[in-house]
Amino acid sequence: MQAAALIVLAAAAVGFPLVFGSPVVTNYAVYALIFVAVVSAWNVFSGFSGYISLGHAVFFGSGAYAVGIAAKDWHITGTGVFALLPLAAAVGAVIAVPFGLIALRVRRHTFIVITIAIFFIFQLMAYNLNSFTGGTIGMSAPFLPWSPTTFNDRFYYITLACAAAAVVMAALIRRSRFGLQLRAIRDDEDRARGLGVRTMRVKMTALVLSAAVAGLVGGVWFLYLTQVLPNTGFDPLFDLALVLMAFLGGLGTISGPVIGALIIEPGQLYLTIKYTNGYLSEILLGVLFLLIVLFMPRGLVPTASEWIKRARTRGRPVVPPASQRPAVPQPGNDAPTREART
Amino acid sequence: MAHQIYQAIVDGILVGGVYALMAVGLTLIFGVLDIINIAQGVLVVLGAYLSYELSTRLHMDLFLGLLITVPAMFVIGVVIQWAFIRRLRGRERTSMTLLVTYAVALIIEGILYEIYGPNVKQLNASYVQSSVHIFGFYLSYIYLYGFALAIAVIVAIYALLYRTRFGRSVRATMQDETAARLIGVDVNRVAAITFGVGVAVTAAGGMMFGATNSFNPNSGYDLISRLLAIIILGGLGSIGGALAASVFMLTVESLVTIWSPEWAIVVFYAALVVVLVIRPTGFFGRQPVRAQ
Amino acid sequence: MTALLRTEGVGKAYGGVHALDSCTVEVEEGSVAGLIGPNGSGKTTLFNVITGYAKADAGHVYLGDRKITNAAPDRVFGFGIGRTFQLTRIFASLTVLENMLVASPNGRAAARRRAMEQLEFVGIAGHHAELAGTLSYGQRKLLELAYVLVADPAVVLLDEPAGGVNLSLVNTIADRIRELNAAGKTFLIVEHNMEFVMGLCDRVTVLDSGTVVAAGPPAIIRTDRRVLNAYLGEDLPDDDPHPGEQS
Repeated sequence: MQAAALIVLAAAAVGFPLVFGSPVVTNYAVYALIFVAVVSAWNVFSGFSGYISLGHAVFFGSGAYAVGIAAKDWHITGTGVFALLPLAAAVGAVIAVPFGLIALRVRRHTFIVITIAIFFIFQLMAYNLNSFTGGTIGMSAPFLPWSPTTFNDRFYYITLACAAAAVVMAALIRRSRFGLQLRAIRDDEDRARGLGVRTMRVKMTALVLSAAVAGLVGGVWFLYLTQVLPNTGFDPLFDLALVLMAFLGGLGTISGPVIGALIIEPGQLYLTIKYTNGYLSEILLGVLFLLIVLFMPRGLVPTASEWIKRARTRGRPVVPPASQRPAVPQPGNDAPTREART
Repeated sequence: MAHQIYQAIVDGILVGGVYALMAVGLTLIFGVLDIINIAQGVLVVLGAYLSYELSTRLHMDLFLGLLITVPAMFVIGVVIQWAFIRRLRGRERTSMTLLVTYAVALIIEGILYEIYGPNVKQLNASYVQSSVHIFGFYLSYIYLYGFALAIAVIVAIYALLYRTRFGRSVRATMQDETAARLIGVDVNRVAAITFGVGVAVTAAGGMMFGATNSFNPNSGYDLISRLLAIIILGGLGSIGGALAASVFMLTVESLVTIWSPEWAIVVFYAALVVVLVIRPTGFFGRQPVRAQ
Repeated sequence: MTALLRTEGVGKAYGGVHALDSCTVEVEEGSVAGLIGPNGSGKTTLFNVITGYAKADAGHVYLGDRKITNAAPDRVFGFGIGRTFQLTRIFASLTVLENMLVASPNGRAAARRRAMEQLEFVGIAGHHAELAGTLSYGQRKLLELAYVLVADPAVVLLDEPAGGVNLSLVNTIADRIRELNAAGKTFLIVEHNMEFVMGLCDRVTVLDSGTVVAAGPPAIIRTDRRVLNAYLGEDLPDDDPHPGEQS
C-alpha cells in the first residue's frame, strides 16, 4: 500500500516539469526541493537528536562558496562545475567536525546559541576575507549554456535527486540502530550514556552527515542562482525557515520536513517576490510560527496521524475487553503461561 | 600607542556598561524561567524607538522618558510571556521557547520596519555629544550616565531579589520550580513578573543604545547575537556575570578595533567559543543542572 | 571472600555539604547486597559515584581488581555494571522494544531475540510495540529492569526497585532478582522497603549522613542500635522490646 503510494509520488515528481513546464513554476519547484533536501538533512541531526541547530546555514553557505571559489581558482567552466559538487559536500562535512567538537560539548540551551555565534562568525568571514570570498560582492557561478526552460528543468531534476537522496538517507538512518541511539539521546542523553551509547560519536556522525548534504545542496543552489553573497549564503532567516518547516511538518519524522518545506517555501518565495520592499513575509513567518507552536506543537504529520487513528478507532474501545485479549503475562500476576528462566 | 590602548580599555568598560544594561534582563529571564528570550534584541530596539518618540514628539529628556518607557515595556513583557510562553511545557520546552521568542522578534521587527522604514535614527540630547576630559582620557557623558544607570539597575535587581518577599519567591523558583510550587509560590505570577522586569530593563538599555548608536529595525540581530554571547560567557542566570562579561567582551573588542575594525566583531564571537571550550559554564555559571 | 564491587573511603561534597564521607562498601561476588539508610544519607549519591554520574572527591571504586573511579557512565556500563534510577528513566518516545535495543550490543536479529527474552522475563513482552511513554509506573520499573539486564552486566545496581509499586509486583521483582542471582549476577540494592531488603539480601550496609554506620547480615542489622539511631534519631534504651520495627 505504502509502496504503491510512493511509486505514484515518484512518477508524479518525475513527470512534473513535463506537465507544468513554465520556468516560473519550475523555479518554485526547484526552491521547494532545495529546502526539502536541506530540511531533511537538518532533521537528521536536529530532529533526531533534539539539538536544535540554528547554524546550518554555515554548511549551506560554505558549500556554495566552495563551489564558487573552486570554479574561479581552478578555471572551471560550463557543465564541468557539477563535478565540484562533491567538494561542496566534503567542505560541509569537514567544517562540521570542529563545529561539532566545539558546540556538542555543552547543554542544549548553550548549543543553540553557539550555533548562532558560529553562524555569525562565518557570515563575517565572508564579508571580511575579500580576496578569498569576494567580500560584499560575493562570488558568481560560471555561465551555463542552457536556455531558461532547459536550465530550470535540469535543475529541477538535480534538486529532485538531492531531495530524494536526503529523504532516503533520513529514512535509512531512522530505521537503523544509529538512528535509535540518536533518538534515545533526544529523550534522555544521560541515560543513553549510562547504557553504553557513545553519545559524542553518535552526535558528531549525525552532524557530519547532515552538514555534507547541506553543503552539497548549497553548491547546487549557488549554481542555480549563479551568485552567492555573504548575506544570502549565510542568511539568518534561512536557519529559522529550516526550523519552522521541520516543526510544521513534525520534528523527527521523515515526511514531516518534506511536507513542511513543500508548504512553506513556495509561500515564502511568493511573498518575497510580490512584496520586495516590505517585511510582510517576515511578519507572516513569525505569526505562522507562533500559531504552529501554540496549536500544533508536534507538527502536522504526528497530529494528523493521530487524528486519523482516532477517526479509525472511533466506536471501538481502545482496550479490548478481557475475553478477547490474548493471555499475555501482566505485571502483578504470577502468570502460569510464562516460562521460568533458569 | 599606550595611550590609545588605555583609552580603548576605558571605552570598552563604559560601552560594556551599556551592554550590561541590556544583558542583565536577558540573563534574569533565563535564570528564572529557563528560557532564552531571542526577542530581547529587537525589544531593545523597540525601547530605543519609544524613547525616540518621546524625545522628538514630547521633547522629553531621555532619562525622564524612562519613567514612561520602563513601565510600558514591563507591560509588553508580561503580555508576551502570558500570551505565548506560559503555555509551553514539556520536553521540547527549551527549543520551543527559543523559537517562539524568535518568532515574536520577527513580528516586532517587521512591524517596526513597516512604521519606520530602514533609515537609521539616533537619540539626541545635549549631553550625548560631549565628554569630560579626565587624566588625559575622554569620557563621554552619556556613557558615564549609562554606566551609572547600569550599576543602579543591577543594584536594584539585587535588592529586589534578596530583600523582598517577591524576590525570595523568584529565587526559590530559580532553584527548584516544583519545590517552590509546593511551598505556595505562585510560579506563574513569578514567571510573568520576572519576564516583565527583564523586558522593562531593556527600556533603559534601549534608551542608552539609541543614544550611543544609530539604529534601525535591523539592529536587533547584531544586538541579540552579542547579548547571547555575553550572557553565556558570564554564566547563564548570573547577573554579576552579565556585567563582568559585558565589560570584558566590549573591552576586548575595543582593543582589537585599534588594529583591525572588521575583525573585532569576529574576535567577539571567537572569544565566546574559546571560553566555552575551556569552561562550558561560562565565567560564573553554575553547573548545568538542567539536562534539557 | 571476594568483593566484586568495592568502594573505599569515597567522599563527595556538594558545596559545603558532605554527601559522602569515607564511605567503604563491599559487595561480594554472587551476593545480593542491600544499602539502606534514612533519606539524605547518600545512597543515590554513592550509586552516582560508582556509575560515573558524579565525580568522587576522595576515595576509589574498584570492580574486581580494576580501579574504575570517575570513569564515564558509558565506560562503567562497558565494564559490566548496570544501574536503574529512583525515578524511572526510560526513553518515552521510543517503543518498549526499541528501548531495549538501545542498550543491546549485538547485531539485529540476535538483539531483538534477546530483547524479547528479557521483556518476557520481566513480564511486559505484550507491550513491546507500544511507546514507552504510555506505560504505567510499575511497567516502567520492569522495563528499566529489563533493559539494564539486556547487556548482561555482572553487577546490577538497583535504586529503589520496589518503590511505589503494589505488593504483588514487589514480589515479582524479588523473584526475578532471586532467579538472576541464582544464575550468578551480583546485586546492590538501595531500598526503603525493609521487608524487601531483609527477605532478599545476604548482607546489608547502612548509611547515615554519608558514612557507613553498620554492615552485616540482615538479622544482625535489624537489631543494631546504631541503625535504629540512624533512622529514628534518638538513643534507645538497651532493653527496647521492639527493636526491628520501622514505619
